[in-house]
Amino acid sequence: MKPQSLFDKLWARHVVVEETAEAPALLYIDLHLIHEVTSPQAFTTLATRGLNVRRPDRTLATLDHSTPTLPAGKDGRLAYASAEAAAQVETLIRNCEREGIRLLGLGDKDRGIVHVIGPELGATQPGKTIVCGDSHTSTHGAFGALAFGIGTTEVGHVLATQCLLQRKPKSMRVNFRGALPAGVGAKDMALAMIAQIGADGGQGYAIEFAGAAIGALSMEGRMTLCNMSIEAGARVGMVAPDEKTLAWLKGRPMAPAGDNWDKAVDDWLALATDDGAAFDREVDIDISALSPMITYGVSPDAAAPVGGAAPEAASEAQAHGADYMKIAAGTPIAEVAVNRVFIGSCTNSRLEDLRAAAQVLRGRRVKKGVVMLVVPGSEAIKRAAEAENLHRTFIDAGAEWREPGCSMCIAMNGDKGEPGDLVVSTSNRNFIGRQGKDVRTVLASPATAAASAIEGRIADPRPYLAKETANVA
Amino acid sequence: MSLEPFGKITSRTVVLPQENIDTDQIIPARFLTTTTREGLGKAAFYDWRYDEGGRPKNSSIFNGVNPATHRILVAGSNFGCGSSREHAPWALLDFGFRVVISSDIADIFKSNALKNGLLPVTVDKETHQRLLASPGAEASVDLETQTVRIDGGGEARFSIEPFARRCLLDGVDPLGRILGQMAEIEKYEEARA
Repeated sequence: MKPQSLFDKLWARHVVVEETAEAPALLYIDLHLIHEVTSPQAFTTLATRGLNVRRPDRTLATLDHSTPTLPAGKDGRLAYASAEAAAQVETLIRNCEREGIRLLGLGDKDRGIVHVIGPELGATQPGKTIVCGDSHTSTHGAFGALAFGIGTTEVGHVLATQCLLQRKPKSMRVNFRGALPAGVGAKDMALAMIAQIGADGGQGYAIEFAGAAIGALSMEGRMTLCNMSIEAGARVGMVAPDEKTLAWLKGRPMAPAGDNWDKAVDDWLALATDDGAAFDREVDIDISALSPMITYGVSPDAAAPVGGAAPEAASEAQAHGADYMKIAAGTPIAEVAVNRVFIGSCTNSRLEDLRAAAQVLRGRRVKKGVVMLVVPGSEAIKRAAEAENLHRTFIDAGAEWREPGCSMCIAMNGDKGEPGDLVVSTSNRNFIGRQGKDVRTVLASPATAAASAIEGRIADPRPYLAKETANVA
Repeated sequence: MSLEPFGKITSRTVVLPQENIDTDQIIPARFLTTTTREGLGKAAFYDWRYDEGGRPKNSSIFNGVNPATHRILVAGSNFGCGSSREHAPWALLDFGFRVVISSDIADIFKSNALKNGLLPVTVDKETHQRLLASPGAEASVDLETQTVRIDGGGEARFSIEPFARRCLLDGVDPLGRILGQMAEIEKYEEARA
């Protein structure tokens, strides 16, 4: 049999009706994740057509985008950004009740960001097709799932039929060459990848990440990397399942158990790309000398090493970006002043991310004048972080420790910067106005964000990590 | 559910030459708390059009744009990158656009646009450059023949996914096709159970 890639295998397994010249394939969806922002109009479409949710058992809902990250006030009320935001949350609650969909609602111990809770509950599994009305659905590819973001019309298609009409995308393998140096992580790999292939370099492709450095990454790191695939234009980013994938999933509430676990493991491990499988495009990225990366412009591909200088603009768009960011070409990146730091989002809000930030901050203070927000990705992460006293480290340093949600990544729940602010953010998009009107966003890893909070300027985290290690030793 | 069939659009162009115009530019996230599809035209490119006090900006490229006569948006490459929000095509349609032309349009935006009757047209670099260089020019976009014609010279063919094209030409919602394949879906589920 012709050697197949991980992506080929997953695609073939889920084809209900084959693709023809006239029509796309009909693809079966194993798991549909929904949230309050991109689902209401889809439920309305179903109601208008007299349809119900076909497989509520394959649908899982959470509240994350519009929810406040400050606890309820004395009157028990949450401070929503607007009455409309509160109504949107109520709409999802009602829709889930009516259709019998499990909702990780307010007060649920498992609630969290949609791309955090899937893997946490073990709902995200190798071999599954997973969709969500959210472009960062690529995150779930870290488990060897075929996962991609869709729009609201397609959310309606999946609610009504559990299927989507899709053309098979082209395939790309990104091979990370060399070993990751100390003090550098998955976020830096992601930014380096996007800088190399461009913000549209992955358009039309499903990416598989490969190489020894991928095997060495934790599941959290793989999620960070797959999450950022869409910032290179690729809807899908995936990693073959291995022992780490199994170790993460074993015993999770929605993962298979007993004999079913053993059967699943055999199946999952056979999903890896066969030797000799063909890809439409292969890209090599050498990370053996990779430094912590940050962005200096208004597109995620405007990324450079933290020790470097902002390069000359190569296009009008880049010149416009430099203008908006007030970071002129030639400016040493480590001299750029910072007055806000955000640690959170589906990219970097997991326990490993919080540990990395806390390691840098432990026993130190956030610079005066810098506002720092730490927002765990889920209730479970919040509990785990508090059990390790990470929240104490953040609070003692002068940061705010918040309730789980998307928060300042999309800045639609009221958490945002003020005009002119420069935010070092562990999220995924540095677009103009993304974190508030006229707010400038610099994307970075949790360690780099924490070091920048301490110095009040963009900073290399490695000296802090080295000192910490020395202290421990 | 049926959409208005898409035929031929002849209109003036609005040109946004910037590359990587993301969906946060097309409609800022603070407008996403809505639970309906309607009325989002006022939010289209809001921060490009209005200042903090909600007053129209003097510098806005949209000043003087008449939605009744400017129905073709020409944009720099990688248009519609970023978030999957379908609010982006909803906002552009409600504003008055029926066609978006670029050298390169992001995958999810393209998929969303096609499902709502906003035609995403990807043209070759030369045609793209010509369109970028002549803001306000009259252009015709014909979905049947898959051609873009620019007033004053220039014609190019564009490709489009055949099923989406058929749906647009006939004003048909693709959900009907999936519902028509329910027997196959049930068979697939039984085989895997």
